[in-house]
Amino acid sequence: MDTLTKTVGEKQIEKQSMAGSEAVIRSLLAEGVETVFGYPGGAIMPVYDSLWHFQEELKHILTRHEQGAIHAAQGMARVTNKPGVVFATSGPGATNLITGLADAKIDSTPLVCITGQVASPLLGTDAFQETDIISISMPVTKWNTQVTKAEDIPSAIAKAFYIATSGRPGPVLIDITKDAQFASLDFSYKKCNGFRSYVPKPALDHDEVEKAARLIDSAKKPFILFGQGIILSEAENELKAFVEKTGIPAAWTVLGLSAMPTDHPLNVGMLGMHGNYAPNKLTNECDVLIAVGMRFDDRVTGDLSRYAKQAKVVHLEIDPAEIDKNVKTDIAILGDAKESLQLLTSLCSENNHDDWVQKFHDLKAIEYDQVIQKELNPDKPGLTMGEVIRRVNGLTDSEAVVVTDVGQHQMVACRYATFKQTKSNVTSGGLGTMGFCLPAALGAKLGAPERAVVAVIGDGGFQMTLQELGTIFQTNAAVKIIILNNNFLGMVRQWQQLFFDKRYSSTELVNPDFVTISKGFGIEASSVSERQYLDAALKTMMDHDGPYLLEVMVEKEDNVFPMVPTGASVEDVRLS
Amino acid sequence: MKETFTIVVFTENKIGLLNRISAQFTQRHINIESLTASESEYPGIHRFTIVINEDEEKTRKVVKQIEKQVEVLKAYCFKDSETVHSEIALYKIKMDPSLDRPKLDNVLITHGAFVQEQVGSFMIIAKTGTKEETHQLFEDLYPFGLQGFVRSGRVSLSNTMSTFKTYLQALETHSKEIITDNF
Ligand SMILES: Cc1ncc(C[n+]2csc(CCOP(=O)(O)OP(=O)(O)O)c2C)c(N)n1
Repeated sequence: MDTLTKTVGEKQIEKQSMAGSEAVIRSLLAEGVETVFGYPGGAIMPVYDSLWHFQEELKHILTRHEQGAIHAAQGMARVTNKPGVVFATSGPGATNLITGLADAKIDSTPLVCITGQVASPLLGTDAFQETDIISISMPVTKWNTQVTKAEDIPSAIAKAFYIATSGRPGPVLIDITKDAQFASLDFSYKKCNGFRSYVPKPALDHDEVEKAARLIDSAKKPFILFGQGIILSEAENELKAFVEKTGIPAAWTVLGLSAMPTDHPLNVGMLGMHGNYAPNKLTNECDVLIAVGMRFDDRVTGDLSRYAKQAKVVHLEIDPAEIDKNVKTDIAILGDAKESLQLLTSLCSENNHDDWVQKFHDLKAIEYDQVIQKELNPDKPGLTMGEVIRRVNGLTDSEAVVVTDVGQHQMVACRYATFKQTKSNVTSGGLGTMGFCLPAALGAKLGAPERAVVAVIGDGGFQMTLQELGTIFQTNAAVKIIILNNNFLGMVRQWQQLFFDKRYSSTELVNPDFVTISKGFGIEASSVSERQYLDAALKTMMDHDGPYLLEVMVEKEDNVFPMVPTGASVEDVRLS
Repeated sequence: MKETFTIVVFTENKIGLLNRISAQFTQRHINIESLTASESEYPGIHRFTIVINEDEEKTRKVVKQIEKQVEVLKAYCFKDSETVHSEIALYKIKMDPSLDRPKLDNVLITHGAFVQEQVGSFMIIAKTGTKEETHQLFEDLYPFGLQGFVRSGRVSLSNTMSTFKTYLQALETHSKEIITDNF
């Protein structure tokens, strides 16, 4: 390898001559990347060959499917707030990333995906494994670009990391032609810290914050809604300070879960379709609604024309396109949640709203009686999903990262899991991607090896990406996998029961033996179906040194309540 | 209520941006009436002029989504009363002996159109103006045996002072660096 020195302006920049493929690896190292998830193939082989020489510095996790790789990278990003990195080959390798890209886009997860592409002279010729991944991934990436020249690799990667992680984070994709990977360049790496067409963080407008503070101070029934923006901007302490100083009750969206300890006295629970009774009902009673880092998803708002119409709305948000998108705001505070909350808290007066908070407790008592008690301490023989989660809370002292898939078990886990630490709830919120959990849990465990990681999966979703048991076995990542087996695509069955006259069209599953499957992958496993053995089974799982799969046979036709049916208003939340 | 909006987008000159911009309309089921793209008066910056017929709220939301795209510098939206706009249309007419040339010339004069070129046995007539004007000429030329017709998308300038210039200057002083490479 030649080392040459060039004088650029006044500065001497060390330049090393190397292949584009090696420049990919060195660029990632310069960004502090330690782990990459991926799957090799023809068009990305030069990069894999370069990777061979950097095995000490850059760990590569060979998943069993590219969808597994990208969900694992998402899981890692969600527990670390650092971008997940993925390699895939051209054609099918690249198209297998699409679901993960869409998931990361809608859940604002920072990812840098690098795909191989056919050599540039072959572009547009329908060459073997050529696919126009730039066009295909366009609507599901925050940004993407194709690199056809080796010398462009470092600057493209630098820009990719900057875009993925700044402002509202998101997935980016760089497609690198094979000839660019082979060609050589004079390598030097310069991190990107801004460019003309991109304003990641709107400047905070003090006057608006001041106005908001006056409105909040004068409110009789103020209500805070927080979302993942808190976690992404690391504003957990600022949120807590704001809530405690103003005495305002706060509720979370699914992605905001764990940003505030679940047992905080002003934490009043979950919003939305399967959220808690009180926050849904009282959304339509509050006088000032303060939304922080959330985007008023339709699963949160229900019917918009009957959503919080009585309230003045303050929206703290980093993405200007979210303002007034779904809910009309009275005061928009554009900017990073951390800075916005800091200023807002300093301008608000100390206050308490005990009578108003009491209303939340009163409604919670109703929900407790009619729903929660039966779910957590059932008096019927069949196991409920909720009692499993309650025991996991106990066994992990609310310190675990809980990763969920999509369906009833997801809603139950989000409702009943308790958290002390932030970045502890990893789930596919916006896209609702079945198959997300198993690979995401692997990524979460690798991203937070010191923490217990519990994957809670339905029997349906497990079978969408179960091949990643192979990756879990190979890496020996100590993921604790709980399959809540109801022999149904439970959430769809629930809707069929409630809205389609119990016509269970294609939702019953005849399942394989999950324990044998797991053992076949070399992962210790067991199954439990009776309450008297549940505690011991969960304890065995948690105590086991290494990954473990526990199948829990639960009641087949349980439903998740409360529920705001599609098209209904939040105040029409049903308890049964 | 639907009305005509002219959306003006300033972008970096990057491959694929047209796709990203047009997809914002596709996703929201907004039909693009016309779209033109060309280099702007600022080096390296492209200007898109997009005309849609939509209600105002939906239009303002889509403009925000466009502006959110990473390499888009700024997107504006104007009502017809806020812009001066024009299209160009070309008309092809066969010059056979039966053509009543004085009558044709008369039509052209009334419309402020002109013969741009005569090629072989055809002439190409050009007219700039609003869609209604170029359409009226189309109607009037039809009896002369119109052989071909094409109309461009709209180009438009707002009838207020340019805010983009100031915005661009602010951007350039604020952003630490203007990346001029390919990425
Ligand atoms: C990839 C994908 N396909 C289909 C769906 C629709 N869907 C949502 S929940 C659900 C049922 C999930 O069943 P299961 O994994 O067994 O979990 P349960 O609801 O029983 O807890 C389905 C099919 C989806 N969310 N994702």
